[in-house]
Amino acid sequence: MNNPATEQQLIIEGAGCASCVGKIETALKNTQGVERAEMNFADRTVLVSGTAETEALITAVESAGYNAKALNDSHGSDALDEKEAADWSYYKKLIRDTVIALSLGIPLMIYGLLIGEMTVETTFQRGAWLVVGLLTLGVMYFSGKHFYVGAWNSLKNHSANMDTLIALGTGTAWVYSMLVVFIPDVFPLMARHVYFEATAMIIGLIDLGLALELKARGKTSEAIKRLIGLQAKTATVIRDNKEVQIAIEQVLLNDVIKVRPGEKVPVDGVVVEGHTSIDESMLTGEPMPVEKEQDDEVVAGALNKSGMILFKATRVGKDTALAQIITMVKRAQNSKPPIGRLADVISAYFVPVVMIISVLSALAWLNFGPEPAVAFAIVSATTVLIIACPCALGLATPMSVMVGVGKAAEAGVLIRNGEALQTASKITAMVLDKTGTITEGTPKVTDIILANTNDEKTALQLAASLESGSEHPLAMAIVESAKDQGIELIKTEGFNAVTGMGVEGRCEGKALLFGNSKLMAKKEVDIGNYSEKAQALAKEAKTPMYFAVDGQLAAIIAVADPIKPDSVSAIKRLQANGIRVIMLTGDNKETAAAVAKKAAISEFFAEVLPEDKANKVQELQQQGDVVGMTGDGINDAPALALADVGFAIGTGTDVAIESADITLMRGSLHGLADAIAVSKATLRNIKQNLFGAFIYNVAGIPFAAGVLYPFFGVLLSPVIAGAAMAFSSLTVVSNANRLRLFKAKDH
Amino acid sequence: MMMINIVGLAIIALIIWWFWLYKPDQTVTDSNEVLIEVKNGVYSPASIKVNANQPVTLKFLRKDESPCSEVLLIPSLDISEQLTLNEVTPIHLENVPQGEHTFHCQMQMYRGVLTVV
Repeated sequence: MNNPATEQQLIIEGAGCASCVGKIETALKNTQGVERAEMNFADRTVLVSGTAETEALITAVESAGYNAKALNDSHGSDALDEKEAADWSYYKKLIRDTVIALSLGIPLMIYGLLIGEMTVETTFQRGAWLVVGLLTLGVMYFSGKHFYVGAWNSLKNHSANMDTLIALGTGTAWVYSMLVVFIPDVFPLMARHVYFEATAMIIGLIDLGLALELKARGKTSEAIKRLIGLQAKTATVIRDNKEVQIAIEQVLLNDVIKVRPGEKVPVDGVVVEGHTSIDESMLTGEPMPVEKEQDDEVVAGALNKSGMILFKATRVGKDTALAQIITMVKRAQNSKPPIGRLADVISAYFVPVVMIISVLSALAWLNFGPEPAVAFAIVSATTVLIIACPCALGLATPMSVMVGVGKAAEAGVLIRNGEALQTASKITAMVLDKTGTITEGTPKVTDIILANTNDEKTALQLAASLESGSEHPLAMAIVESAKDQGIELIKTEGFNAVTGMGVEGRCEGKALLFGNSKLMAKKEVDIGNYSEKAQALAKEAKTPMYFAVDGQLAAIIAVADPIKPDSVSAIKRLQANGIRVIMLTGDNKETAAAVAKKAAISEFFAEVLPEDKANKVQELQQQGDVVGMTGDGINDAPALALADVGFAIGTGTDVAIESADITLMRGSLHGLADAIAVSKATLRNIKQNLFGAFIYNVAGIPFAAGVLYPFFGVLLSPVIAGAAMAFSSLTVVSNANRLRLFKAKDH
Repeated sequence: MMMINIVGLAIIALIIWWFWLYKPDQTVTDSNEVLIEVKNGVYSPASIKVNANQPVTLKFLRKDESPCSEVLLIPSLDISEQLTLNEVTPIHLENVPQGEHTFHCQMQMYRGVLTVV
């Protein structure tokens, strides 16, 4: 079987010269199924179109003497492994850099603290400090080169970043110290101080901070790792009546795939054979395994628990629900809520402003400072540059959003972006659509009250057999109820729908009638005092119908759309958080009132047409409420769009995940309370981070500039500033990591 | 002392001019592919000018190990991409509105601008 024509991109390794291009392109074009192959030498990629398999392309490139690999799909676990490997190698490099820098910095600092002044007064001291200065230069090269190269590159680019501050700070300290060593006479005696220990310590501490931050950052993306880890790597496909084990990327639409117990479902599809229970909890947050049989849908990433099934692939690659969820979560994790925008604006101006403050601070010391003013000016200018931390400010929001959105995804709540996250934390009113949101959405038989017979099974069999000819939702509920009880349907004759009243027909020689009281009256069936029982059922939000056999009432069968088992507790959870819960329904007032009462909702609007739902949302907004609207994502689209936060509710693949601000992967309304709780926790975490980062910089910079000196005689050491700076961003990442401990309330 | 103060103020003026007032040259491209290297703390080129109505693919080649460089955001186009180290991540753009679209890392330390004219 051939692949459909597609475009694939490969990365070529080992192509060092432009002449390689021709060789590689020719090798690919000679491969069966390749229509076109174009290599971009600049980025060493080649775009191939045609029907050839990826493996064949890689083999062709290898036979030409180069290595190739498919341009990674960013959802793949391979990409994740590569990222982890790259992070680990960078971490080891940072630790090595830290050890080198601190090996010089710590002994120098101890010497300065315990043994002597770090000054240049004698020729011996000049020689000794020159050696130390050169060693420090070595540290700057081996452990701090990345700061200087980064700073130089951004400077050329007219931009400035953390590297600029570190390079300027440590560079200033080193250059000043070397000037003291080479031309001490230019400086007043008291100012002949060297700061090599500061340069080495700052580089060491900041490298250490970066290494620890890298570790902590890894934890923030645990949720996405878990989602990516759900993907199976291979699939067992039935091709030409044989089982073939292939990579998941090669599964095609309509392939029939075999899944054994204990295996993961590799792509989305529909069961064609077999029966099993499937655990979708990692995907939907729904703890109970779901029974699957022929014609049921299965989703990629779910775990097959008990039986073996064959299913037909309906969505593969990036179209599977899991791949879409991963894309959405990743996109949301990198988006920012409005609360982070001020920090962004500040970040953009931060570094040049700090550089200006540093110059002003040096000028202030030179003009007004005590002797040695030059030394004070250098220390304060360096300390200001080193203590300022744009990273803490820049990391404050994204780190918390990363963890918060991931945490929500684990609970089956998909948050579209940072804005939805922030608004969800402020919701004051929640509008719930009744059908399919508060209720199951599928009517079921709730009561059978027998009259003139004791045989419930036969009554239901006859009623269901008659109703099997009708497509009315209520009729379908009765047929389903009979099927659930294993009752076989009997052939009926003379089926006739009596408009607005019910249906009639014959079965096994019996005349059957099924419908409302008007039908019974028309056909002169005596319903006696059963009308009172029917009214009582109606008051419980049920729809009662009469069933008569041969002109005699046999039963009242009531059908209702039952409230989901946990809707009431979820609604109470929302109300306990001070949220107004309002129900909207197109049903009549009595049914609406009965459902609202059962669901513990005091405010409801009945007989609302779908197009009027949006108006109701608008009315609430005009009353000053921040409105959340929950619906099935399809019929309620205008109201969902108009609400401050639209929640689409569904189960598994039924959910249109692109249609709302927040998507609840499982049908339970507890997802709403979970979404609001996680949003509030994330916003609280962001505020803590932003507050900490602002306060740190607002207090730290003047402190470093020496504002306390006139009052207390205290001037901050650049080494302390380096430590504070390194650990301020680590603190932000660690605080964001605390969100990982957030647990949606048990329900 | 006067001289030192003048030098100090001149440095401040230079910082303001260099980082805020100076408008760097833009890489103007008629091609529908632009390779942008992410290396040593910067995007290179960092300023790209393309024609409206012309689809363009920005190919980000990340050579920078720093974790800061791993996420690329273009907020005005609602784009966020994870950049894999030593690999090209293509971002295909079509019908981009005219104007300036900044792209940057999560912390805005790496910055660039896409101008659509």
